[in-house]
Amino acid sequence: MHEQDLGESLTEQVRAAAAAGTPLRIAGGDSKAFHGRQVDAGCTSLCVAGHTGVVAYEPTELAITLRAGTPLAEVEALLSEQGQQLPFEPPAFGPGATIGGAVASGLAGPRRPFAGAVRDAVLGVQLINGRGERLDFGGRVMKNVAGYDVSRLMAGAQGTLGVLLEVSLKVLPSPQGELTLVQEVSASQALERMIRWSRQALPITGLCHTDGRLYVRLGGGEQTLAETRQQLGGEALGPGPSFWADLKEQRLPFFGQPGPLWRLSLPPATPLQDECLLDWGGAQRWVIGDLAADELRERVARAGGHATLFRHHDGRGEVFHPLPAPLLALHRRVKQALDPQRLFNPGRLYAEL
Amino acid sequence: MSAQPATTSISPARRQELIRALGGVLPPAALLTEAEELRPYECDGLSAYRHLPMLVVLPETLEQAQAVLRICREQQVPVVTRGAGTGLSGGALPLAHGVLMGMARFNRILGIDPDNRCARVQPGVRNLAISEAAASHGLYYAPDPSSQIACSIGGNVAENSGGVHCLKYGLTVHNVLAVELLTIEGEQITLGSRALDAPGYDLLAVINGSEGMLGVITEVTVKLLPRPERAQALLAAFDDIETAGAAVARIIGAGIIPAGLEMMDNPAIRAAEAFVHAGYPVEAAAILLCELDGTNAEVSEQVMVVRRLLLDCGAREVRTASDDAERARFWAGRKAAFPAVGRISPDYYCMDGTIPRRHLGPVLRRIAEMEQEYGLRVANVFHAGDGNLHPLILFDANNPGELERAEAFGGRILELCVEMGGTVTGEHGVGIEKLDQMCVQFAPAELQQFHALKAAFDPDGLLNPGKAVPTLHRCAEFGAMHVHGGQLPHPELPRF
Repeated sequence: MHEQDLGESLTEQVRAAAAAGTPLRIAGGDSKAFHGRQVDAGCTSLCVAGHTGVVAYEPTELAITLRAGTPLAEVEALLSEQGQQLPFEPPAFGPGATIGGAVASGLAGPRRPFAGAVRDAVLGVQLINGRGERLDFGGRVMKNVAGYDVSRLMAGAQGTLGVLLEVSLKVLPSPQGELTLVQEVSASQALERMIRWSRQALPITGLCHTDGRLYVRLGGGEQTLAETRQQLGGEALGPGPSFWADLKEQRLPFFGQPGPLWRLSLPPATPLQDECLLDWGGAQRWVIGDLAADELRERVARAGGHATLFRHHDGRGEVFHPLPAPLLALHRRVKQALDPQRLFNPGRLYAEL
Repeated sequence: MSAQPATTSISPARRQELIRALGGVLPPAALLTEAEELRPYECDGLSAYRHLPMLVVLPETLEQAQAVLRICREQQVPVVTRGAGTGLSGGALPLAHGVLMGMARFNRILGIDPDNRCARVQPGVRNLAISEAAASHGLYYAPDPSSQIACSIGGNVAENSGGVHCLKYGLTVHNVLAVELLTIEGEQITLGSRALDAPGYDLLAVINGSEGMLGVITEVTVKLLPRPERAQALLAAFDDIETAGAAVARIIGAGIIPAGLEMMDNPAIRAAEAFVHAGYPVEAAAILLCELDGTNAEVSEQVMVVRRLLLDCGAREVRTASDDAERARFWAGRKAAFPAVGRISPDYYCMDGTIPRRHLGPVLRRIAEMEQEYGLRVANVFHAGDGNLHPLILFDANNPGELERAEAFGGRILELCVEMGGTVTGEHGVGIEKLDQMCVQFAPAELQQFHALKAAFDPDGLLNPGKAVPTLHRCAEFGAMHVHGGQLPHPELPRF
């Protein structure tokens, strides 16, 4: 793996930007440039992709510390050599994806409901704040409650609170074996099964319904897989292109339909309303089409969830679900605390931030 | 930048004015003003520190709590929020010039939603009561701090409490879906949701472990998990503690994440055995308790692997619980370890550092050397799976100087944890107790960042001021006494 420490140079660039008051557009591999709003005009690019390498990895400690520009694919390969994996199964959305981008975007794959979100795996970060200070938060150990949890705050902040230089993540052993079962059922039957199975302690690591089929991924030892298969039923999915990788990377035929792609995040048992692809055991639903944004958002919020305009939009309107006024005011003050000059990715998350 | 308490003393006239104002929004029984009524609130689980609060309020409704906060803000009086008072770091230590707000009357379970696997509860609900209420649905709330029969969920969130099952099931932060928060302005904010994420910044993660410094929690939605089909426990005895540590690494290296993985050293084993007669091997230098859970097949597969690994690693004896009664016996000694140590020593001081597990051997050797240096004994209890060490320093507060020696010893242990790449607190929080050690773990700019974040929530510094994050001034004074690694920690600050 290519190792290169650009920490000093990146810190200098942030200090120069702070002195000049020039906002920065932070980029790793730029594989998720489509995600979120367009940053404000007039930003200079700050490229973190060259800041690469493994700072520490001790497999039996279940923790890895990486420079933020380290390619995600290399991280996954390294972990895989040790029989381990990132719990949150991040989508890459392109060959250049970096670990820093995976944390900043906060996106997780099909294993999310069963193994936790990006923020759940974050143990610590090193970041540059808007004053050009290089700071360490959290650590490399599982349990740590010293100081406010600034590290987890970085997950999903879209780079608007600081430039990630290093991330320490919890890793998990990969299951001994995996098996995917397929059942031909309607969406409503699928949701009913997802809810029922999620209430039992089963070795499930993926639950998706699309195109009239329910996909169940199991992980564990041979005997465990055999017994669970017997209990749940269904045909085993044969070898070939991986359904789960295609789901995570949005390469399934569903995602090829024309129109804006909406991500609905809902309490998993929310009754079905839209024609959708069900992932995360019902908690993440993908909908495609020119929907009335306000009406959709209101409906999803009433059910206890939120809606994100994920792909195929101009990046100028609201992408992430609008916040209630007092919460937005608090967001502004939090932004101010970390990035007082509004240098980092201005406008990417919300126009005001 | 740093948020400081607005006042440090208060005149009798202002106190009367405050009592009048609070009396206007609270029923008489919810406002305590007399010394004998205030006494029960003078400390939390860290009883070495005590102050009488100026006043205690015990609101019963959201509106009352809101009104209290608005009045306190208007009069610039600090507020310390208290749950069940079981915290071990003095996070709920009252202020002589502040109001102590007890949340014990927010004690209702508002709803269990088995299909969405969550429970909506008020902050004063006891940790264990949630699992009891969810049991009929085959669900439970995973974090299980040792005080779970008494501690409340609001306090658990404020401290980001752990327990013995963290390695597999996480801390409180991993098991809370949403909180309702009152800001110091008395404004209600929802963080998180019943979905698996929420839009915007993950402020929910920041609230977990924020020690009552950012807002007042008035409702918590926790994640519930299905009760595993089967749990099985193994007990392994070792002739030396480093071999036991190596066995932990082997189990995890084999791809097994036990539900619980606990270690006790010989003094802890002897104390526990004398107390609960769990049948522990009292000659062993260390025992490991390993619990595996999951489906019947999963547990069967893993028990075989773990048993073989433990023997391969040099365990002199490995027992597998033959039934739930024996499993409960294995755990009884561990769960009673603290009171058991309390029986062999008039007082003990429980530390809470975390280290990368591979440094266990050197850390325990250094602690043993320090025992000689400080003339105090230590029993070690260790959440071995996640590296969280609980050295119990034995002392007698009636002997002049012993408490101070125990505190100094404890401080040194925590600094050692930082030196080894760990942290000064794994699950008990900083509170009032570990402020000095925070100066060792964090640089001034990092502490300033914490203060700035607090000010974003609480600009006047009225919520639990003086806890969790030390002032730079305090660190400078502490640094003047402690030269770390040949360097003064904060050379840029003036010395007094």
